[in-house]
Amino acid sequence: MHLLQLAVLLPFLGAVIVPIIYSYLKRLHPGYIALLFPMSAALILISAKLTGQTVSSFNWMPRVGLNLDFNLDGFSFLFTMLITVIGTLVVFYSIHYLGRKEALGHFYCYLMLFMGAMLGVVLSDNVLALYMFWELTSISSFLLIAFWNQKEKSIQGALKSMLITVFGGLMLLGGLMSLVAITHTFSIREMFTMRETIAASPMFTVALCCILLAAFTKSAQFPFHIWLPDAMEAPTPVSAYLHSATMVKAGIYLVARFTPIFAVSSLWIYAVTFAGAVTLFWASFNAVKQRDLKGVLAYSTVSQLGLMMTLLGVGGISLHFQHDEIFYLSIAACVFHIFNHASFKGALFMVVGIIDHETGTRDLRKLSGLLQVMPITFTAAVIGALSMAGLPPFNGFLSKEMFLTSMFDTRYTDLFNPLMVFVLLALIIIGSLFTFIYSVKMIKDVFFGERRDLPKEVHEAPIMMLLSPLVLVTIVVITGLMPNILTPIIESASHAILNKPVEHIHIAHWHGFNPALLTTLVIILLGSAMVYFYSKWKRIYQLQPEHVTFNHLYQAALKKTETSTYYLNHKVIKSGSRFHVILIFCTLIILTAVTFVLQPIDFGKWQLADIRIYEMFLVAIILIATVMILKAKSRIFSIIMLSTIGYSIGLFFVFFNAPDLALTQLTIETISTALFLMCFYHLPKLKLYGETARFKLSNALIAIMTGLAVTVIGLVSYGHRFYPSINEYYIKHVYDLAAGKNMVNVILVDFRGFDTLFESTVLGIAGIGIYTLIKLRYRKDDSHEQTEK
Amino acid sequence: MNYIAAIGLVIVSVSILGFLYRAIKGPSMADRVVALDAIGIALMAVVALFSIILNTQYYISIIMLLAVLSFLGTVSFAKFMDKGEIIEYERDDS
Repeated sequence: MHLLQLAVLLPFLGAVIVPIIYSYLKRLHPGYIALLFPMSAALILISAKLTGQTVSSFNWMPRVGLNLDFNLDGFSFLFTMLITVIGTLVVFYSIHYLGRKEALGHFYCYLMLFMGAMLGVVLSDNVLALYMFWELTSISSFLLIAFWNQKEKSIQGALKSMLITVFGGLMLLGGLMSLVAITHTFSIREMFTMRETIAASPMFTVALCCILLAAFTKSAQFPFHIWLPDAMEAPTPVSAYLHSATMVKAGIYLVARFTPIFAVSSLWIYAVTFAGAVTLFWASFNAVKQRDLKGVLAYSTVSQLGLMMTLLGVGGISLHFQHDEIFYLSIAACVFHIFNHASFKGALFMVVGIIDHETGTRDLRKLSGLLQVMPITFTAAVIGALSMAGLPPFNGFLSKEMFLTSMFDTRYTDLFNPLMVFVLLALIIIGSLFTFIYSVKMIKDVFFGERRDLPKEVHEAPIMMLLSPLVLVTIVVITGLMPNILTPIIESASHAILNKPVEHIHIAHWHGFNPALLTTLVIILLGSAMVYFYSKWKRIYQLQPEHVTFNHLYQAALKKTETSTYYLNHKVIKSGSRFHVILIFCTLIILTAVTFVLQPIDFGKWQLADIRIYEMFLVAIILIATVMILKAKSRIFSIIMLSTIGYSIGLFFVFFNAPDLALTQLTIETISTALFLMCFYHLPKLKLYGETARFKLSNALIAIMTGLAVTVIGLVSYGHRFYPSINEYYIKHVYDLAAGKNMVNVILVDFRGFDTLFESTVLGIAGIGIYTLIKLRYRKDDSHEQTEK
Repeated sequence: MNYIAAIGLVIVSVSILGFLYRAIKGPSMADRVVALDAIGIALMAVVALFSIILNTQYYISIIMLLAVLSFLGTVSFAKFMDKGEIIEYERDDS
């Protein structure tokens, strides 16, 4: 088996094995077994990279194009490392975070499932496989968010994230299928070679919009960011893993992966850049007002995702014109920040989990002065938060500098006019300012100030729990001080994103005095002042009323859908058969009318027989009887009139030389009249409901139009006979082939005997049906007991 | 021969219209049922005359059938008017 396939398969195996072992070995925490799978997956992936086995393919369903083709390029490698390494740390952390009372088997099953799906997403070269794994991440994320499913809020958050991400998932399917329709290949790498074909296709914009929607919903971009803060109801290891390091970056991955195909379009660049910038601004602005620690981190994640998205958008410019090589920096910054964000945000989530675990609350208004009791947690938190704020000497500073530099560089491109550059810079600088504010404010509120009474006796967390965040902050510090150890990874990842070689990426703390450094200084100074005077200006958050938030909009839309579908149901389904008949007739009328409007009525050639006097008599009788039925005031009268019509039709059969039909018609008419009379005794008096003029008029109108439509159809089809009738054959062969002289009967039992067979069956079914309806009645008081009568 | 049959047909048709008038107008149910019975018999005449015109013997069975049905129909109507139902239960369970 190929190493890559093994790596993707391992977590799925884990999802099966861990719960089984847990059910037999209750004393062993299943996390220790679960730990093996991401660790071995990481080792396998590294060995695959080192031995150069970066491409594997497995024909799973070649007919539909769903093959498990995996491709481990630089960018995928970065993601697989994030998934497996942070996965290992998260599993390790969760061993001490989740007590033994939890449904641990389920937890690790879902987590392993998610891990495998995520590895599949970043490794897949086949678009169908990509979509399959993408939806698997949505489903496993849904399961993980609703892990504490006895809580109402968990269910709500899981539902919300499910609805939004599955909407995006379906968009992804649409976009990918459009690409397949254009290129006739399922492989992403082969699509890269057909860039010109794709760009020239009329479906290009459709595919672009669909894929962007998928990426924006998954990566919680504005305005689809609302699911992420609600997903914080999940256990903290899940938040740390899914909602900071891996799943929300799937959208970033998607945008980066498809940049070589779509970045030739300026629409793509504008959309990605500005969606990211608006998200960055809006989420960091909102993060400051959060009172829940996880809420702060959720909004912060959204804003950092916006930052990465902006970088990808600007980085796309480098594909737009051949000489725009300065924007390679932007892609490099994005890759670097993906790595940095995963490290410090993972650490911060775990720290918040520890605080929650040790104090019993995550409320910022209750927490304060934890510095003395939790020094190690404090250290980890400070490093993470300052890296997030973008302060030297941590890695967040470096990526933030690169971010600002590439944003300032947008003024050199023709693609952005000065106004757009200004708006972009304003959004990202204000966004960065608020990023600084919430990062610093979080540390200040939690660790400084007076000690207060908390639900639990506060003490430092066990070292096993602290180990994972400490590993992560060590990574933060090391890559902050020695960023160039990451250069090979960044270069190969950038190469993979841009599909052309990117070299000489050098990351250093000191670039000399440039606008980026100046901006950082301004942000630090202004931000510190604003943190200090927070109580003075926090009232601006009340300016946005509750009913214009996106959350409110989502709730209202959900409610509206529910009520309107209920209303529709109520109106259409429950309004009785009269309305349904009207619907059917109106459809007939409209379809006929539309047909005859589109194609003018042509009655064709009529070959009419002479009208005989007794036929006119009979027609007169039928007409009179019909009108009489309409006017009838009593039921028995209408039954008599109905049988009159039936007998007249029997007479018509006589006139038109159909003795067998006449026989049957007369018998059946008698029987049905007798049946009517049998029911008559049990029927209520003939009630005429809705006897208003309008009611009558509308009924009459529909009836007349329906009659007219059928008449016109009959006349037109009579005038157009394209083929001679088949009856010559029957007339010729009725005796020599079937040995009968009665042609009708021969047709019924010989030429077309199957019809007769099944009509007899219908009769039998009707008989049995009537018998069961009469005999098998249930009593009203006891529905289980049959009655005899 | 055909002319006579046609004249007969017209006469019977006019009489059917007369019966029909009674069937519609008839103040009581009995009037209507009797009119209907008469219509059935007139229909037999129509079919017979018609088979003379068409010079065919295939309609004889229809005439027989009409006779039977008309009788049955009238009987069931009569029973209905008398007892309110056509088929009674032989034993009364209740």
